[in-house]
Amino acid sequence: MGKILVFIQHDQGRILKGSLVALTAARQLAAAWHCEGLVAVTLGPGAQVAANEASSYGFSTVRFSEAALFERYRAEPYSRAIALASKELGADCIVALASSTGKDCLPRVSVLLDAVQASEVVAVNSDGTLKRPMYAGNILADVQLAAGNRVVTIRGTAFAPATKEEGGSCEVQELHLAGDPELYEQPRFGEIVSYEQSKADRPELSDAAVVISGGRALGSAENFEKVIFPFADALGAAIGASRAAVDSGYAPNDWQVGQTGKVVAPSLYIAVGISGAIQHLAGMKDSKVIVAINKDPAAPIFEVADYGLVADLFVVVPELTVAIKNAKGA
Amino acid sequence: MKILVAVKRVPDWQLKLKLLADGSGIQTDGVKWILNTFDEIAVEEAIRLKEKGVASEIVLVSIGPADMRARLEYALAMGADSAILVKHDGPVDSDLASRVIAEVFKRGSYGMILMGKQAIDSDSNQTAQLVAARLNLAQACFASKVVIEGPNALVTREIDGGLETIKIPMPCVVSTDLRLNEPRYAALPNLMKAKKKPFEELSLEALGVSPQLKLEVRRLSLPPVRKAGRKVADVAELISVLQNEAKVF
Repeated sequence: MGKILVFIQHDQGRILKGSLVALTAARQLAAAWHCEGLVAVTLGPGAQVAANEASSYGFSTVRFSEAALFERYRAEPYSRAIALASKELGADCIVALASSTGKDCLPRVSVLLDAVQASEVVAVNSDGTLKRPMYAGNILADVQLAAGNRVVTIRGTAFAPATKEEGGSCEVQELHLAGDPELYEQPRFGEIVSYEQSKADRPELSDAAVVISGGRALGSAENFEKVIFPFADALGAAIGASRAAVDSGYAPNDWQVGQTGKVVAPSLYIAVGISGAIQHLAGMKDSKVIVAINKDPAAPIFEVADYGLVADLFVVVPELTVAIKNAKGA
Repeated sequence: MKILVAVKRVPDWQLKLKLLADGSGIQTDGVKWILNTFDEIAVEEAIRLKEKGVASEIVLVSIGPADMRARLEYALAMGADSAILVKHDGPVDSDLASRVIAEVFKRGSYGMILMGKQAIDSDSNQTAQLVAARLNLAQACFASKVVIEGPNALVTREIDGGLETIKIPMPCVVSTDLRLNEPRYAALPNLMKAKKKPFEELSLEALGVSPQLKLEVRRLSLPPVRKAGRKVADVAELISVLQNEAKVF
């Protein structure tokens, strides 16, 4: 096998933790598939800073581009640039984080390179197959990718983030965009009209260290806000919800944790008033520590919870909120 | 404008799945098949675009065995106009699905391809993007709002950290996220009428598409079962175990 190209995502030059997770997976792939080494590409404003930072992570070369057409992420130019970098650097495998960006543009890269893609990989098996969740994580599949070019996206919670390697930094060079004239057919790509950032005062649900989720037992949107919000804020947690709570209008759709919503794997997941339907368990059962608070001792959520508290949530959650504030303050 | 909606059937997510003893697949005997949740949202969106007078005709396409017909008839009963079933009994990966959809697209004059962002069985989240790239069309994935404005589609996308609205020229490919709409139920009389709507069966051969797969599922296994922990007596004990045993804060 040739080289592995890692697509590194960054925020104004700061490499995303998830891209370092993808790098760990790429190192394991390089060993399992006997690849010739790792190279990287990074795009957009701050890409040069990110490339310099990446240069001490064991790559043989890093390419970057801060060209205007990468100013905001768009699928077409990004996928073309990644494919271009892989051809220029002799890579036959592309690895990236399965972020919304990775999910959106990597399949396009795989068409440009006539490759096969495995999505959301969670482990590299010693026989060269890859482990990935199906049916919202209810089943794990070992998949074999056909020979030829390969694209692999990595679940951001499945590997430890890579650390720097000894031996200093590698060469960092600007990506030559002239190799793909179609990159400049911008009207075809469309344009970004607006961007609305979620309220940033709480962590993002998909990569928060602590998630507090509320269920139908909350009874109303007002109760959800009154009970769950302060509890989450005391812990610096992201807020999730069961499908039942979302369907009842207690919480917005993008907070839904479960098979048809978001899959999360935080260090601590606290399920408040959630009975634990299969579809919800599928979205959170990989969390490190699970706590369930429910007044029904027979609720299925207790079958997966490390710690269960059988109690009226309206009594104990406010108590917990105060106790946590005190414990943290101490 | 004609809209092509690609749909797939999946096992009902409300039922527990069982693996075959050798791990080669899931037990399909007695499985209740439903339209993939996200594809159902795509069908609904196409119907709403037609109700607004923006779309003129909704064509469904699917690849699968003959009994996929029942799921397509359900989508026809929701309000789609006609269906194309590309009959294939073997396994289908995202690559094969995308080649089939791209080929069917070329045979009509469609303004948009709509489909779910992922199928809730394989969870690959690739097909819409693959189709767009194959046809060199603009894409808008993970849509939570779709508005047609002249020759362009204005699509709001659910991305990490927020919502982004993009304007892309049509024809284009749009993949649907959960928030886009709430699909209607197909009424019983419509289910009867749906059987009379145009239904075309095609083969891979007729489309000139090879059944060759690129991703082979070797083995399926169940994830390690989490063992139930223990019940704590009160808030004080919960705080104590979180601090001292779990060390989470």
